[in-house]
Amino acid sequence: MNSLTIKNGRVIDPANGVDAVRDVFVVDGKIASAAAKGAEAIDATGKIVTPGLIDMHVHLREPGRSDKETIETGTRCAARGGFTSVVCMPNTSPAADNTGTIAFIKQRAAEAGCVNVFPTGAITKELKGEELAPIGSLKKAGVVAITDDGRCVQNNELMRRAVEYSKMFDLPVLDHCQDYNLAADGVMNEGHWSVALGLRGWPAVGEDVIVARNILLAEQLDWHIHCQHISSARSVQLIRDAKKRGIKISGEACPHHFTLTDECVKTYDANFKMNPPVRTERDRAAILEGLADGTLEIIASDHAPHCTYEKEVEFDVAPFGIIGLETELALALELVRKNALDLPRLVETFTINPARLLRLKKGTLSVGADADVTVIDAKREWTYDVTASASKSRNSPFHGWNFSGRAVATIVAGEIVWRENGQR
Amino acid sequence: MKAMAWKHKDLLGIQELTAGEITHVLDTAAAFKEVGQRAVKKVPSLRGKTMVNLFIEPSTRTRTSFELAAKRLSADVINIATTASSLVKGETLKDTALNLQALNADIIVIRHSAAGAPHFLSRLLKASVINAGDGAHEHPTQALLDAFTIREKKGRIAGLNVTILGDILYSRVARSNIWLLTKLGAHVTLAGPSTLVPRVFEEFGCRVTHDIEDAIRDADVINLLRIQHERQRQTMFPSIGEYAAMFGLNKERFGRTKPDAMIMHPGPINRGVEIDSEIADCGRSVILEQVTNGLAVRMAVLFLCSGGKIAAEGAE
Repeated sequence: MNSLTIKNGRVIDPANGVDAVRDVFVVDGKIASAAAKGAEAIDATGKIVTPGLIDMHVHLREPGRSDKETIETGTRCAARGGFTSVVCMPNTSPAADNTGTIAFIKQRAAEAGCVNVFPTGAITKELKGEELAPIGSLKKAGVVAITDDGRCVQNNELMRRAVEYSKMFDLPVLDHCQDYNLAADGVMNEGHWSVALGLRGWPAVGEDVIVARNILLAEQLDWHIHCQHISSARSVQLIRDAKKRGIKISGEACPHHFTLTDECVKTYDANFKMNPPVRTERDRAAILEGLADGTLEIIASDHAPHCTYEKEVEFDVAPFGIIGLETELALALELVRKNALDLPRLVETFTINPARLLRLKKGTLSVGADADVTVIDAKREWTYDVTASASKSRNSPFHGWNFSGRAVATIVAGEIVWRENGQR
Repeated sequence: MKAMAWKHKDLLGIQELTAGEITHVLDTAAAFKEVGQRAVKKVPSLRGKTMVNLFIEPSTRTRTSFELAAKRLSADVINIATTASSLVKGETLKDTALNLQALNADIIVIRHSAAGAPHFLSRLLKASVINAGDGAHEHPTQALLDAFTIREKKGRIAGLNVTILGDILYSRVARSNIWLLTKLGAHVTLAGPSTLVPRVFEEFGCRVTHDIEDAIRDADVINLLRIQHERQRQTMFPSIGEYAAMFGLNKERFGRTKPDAMIMHPGPINRGVEIDSEIADCGRSVILEQVTNGLAVRMAVLFLCSGGKIAAEGAE
């Protein structure tokens, strides 16, 4: 059972330095060195075969907001996008600041999830930024990192203790970098377009000061802080310089930040409202550069489902966030098409890099590894129709976009969980 | 007056208008201004039409002006203010607007604290949507009445030096004026504290200065803006007192302006803050004429957006 042979694809497995046309064998849910007898074969001729993709930044909304998304719909969305593992953020209701919520998420993932779900825990109780959550117990319950994502710990002393404390448990700290005073009530990037549109600006420096803070804390405490969804050019530069000095800091890029600029807000469509906001062409270019030179080593979607009625309001009052699991790979492949990123680097950002950061035994096609595999057709032309999304929500700015390239099969532990034209 | 096609169902902002369209509104308003001077101040242009004043942010003068403009055009008017509306019960703006549409409202005049709210409505509704001020974004009828007043007094707009002084960053009046005046060829100078008048405004074709003397010296028109406490964070400048001292138009500074420099203000005035009380009332101040002209401009806008075609005949 769960045996497969994926034949004749271009296998890109950066963890093992592999980029060659060959077969991948799956036996009993694990990668094997030879085919099992009578194993089903998938012809991957002309396709790309990679370790199963990991999205380390998604909001599955369960528990608490299953009108927006559930673990079932969110993971189906992931499978369609080519993702075999997702890391879910703790801003659920109740927040994932206690072992019961983590146990619930893991149980629901086991019952209804079609891809691997790795929960994160909160840094602080109720994500309020006031008192530490029970980080050690959360680790025991199975979280792979801590973060207050959606919020940012403003108290530098508390953040220092969180980093110091989680180091003891080998837990990386993920941070949504936003200084509340500088960002204030901003709803889009501060600059030419916020001024033209009369919308409140959320300046890039509001991210930069927290990135700088995190670099100083990571250096002082010699522990890993990962800066989520980097949106600003100066933040990229800060991380680049800090990495050169050997500091345990890393950065993540989201497709919307390397695809869109703040001009897109000019129709006041709340599907272009996200936090942090998309910024200028200069910022967009800096994020691409950061991806190309490895400063930003991870791509993640920040998949943030919201109900249509919540988004169909005045721009000021709409919630931040967009869905992204189904468009993420295509938007990243666009970078390869435009020669902004090479394909092995792209595969790294979705596989071994997040796996290493979060200590997941994933992200490789080594013999004996879990047989999580993604088959990609980089030339496949398609149009994104958000009304047909597997997500419960429809808040995508990429509805109607034409893409070249997508996952055509998503395999988790040797089982095909999604296949184009033969959905499971 | 030559006829010109007006293609817009809505008036969302000045940014969407061409110089020719702006001039057309001003010409139409000139015809309507005469109506206000008659013994019977009413024309039948919008008879049978229903206009809703949907004010989701407090306003007295703009709401009154739109109401009177509609009544002078013989439209039926309903006023909905935020405290009286169902919005406080949690109904969305979309639902409120669809309800008004279900009542066959022809024109919805909206004032809202959120920028872009009129644009949002215009995508949902068949009715005409008129922006009566959206957040810090636009206040197109204010800019039109300002332009009407300048043109009436100075005979032209192109080539004039217009200084807008005060809280530019949070001002929809400033933005609509900037778009309009630059489209019509005026030289626009913006002045005030650097926190409220950031350099980014230079990208829109304006001159930015933080030196009040430099700002007023060559100005043909000085448009003073109110410091908008309600739209502002507390960190933008030290105090109202310091603002008045640094940027207020006091008698001494007034004495150094050009002898024919005209003083404008969209109101409400904070006497003794952005403008000395006596200057507000002096012969070079056109503040009350702006109010009168506002009525004519709003009649023109309502008329044109309702499909009124021939400007000169609209007033007959």
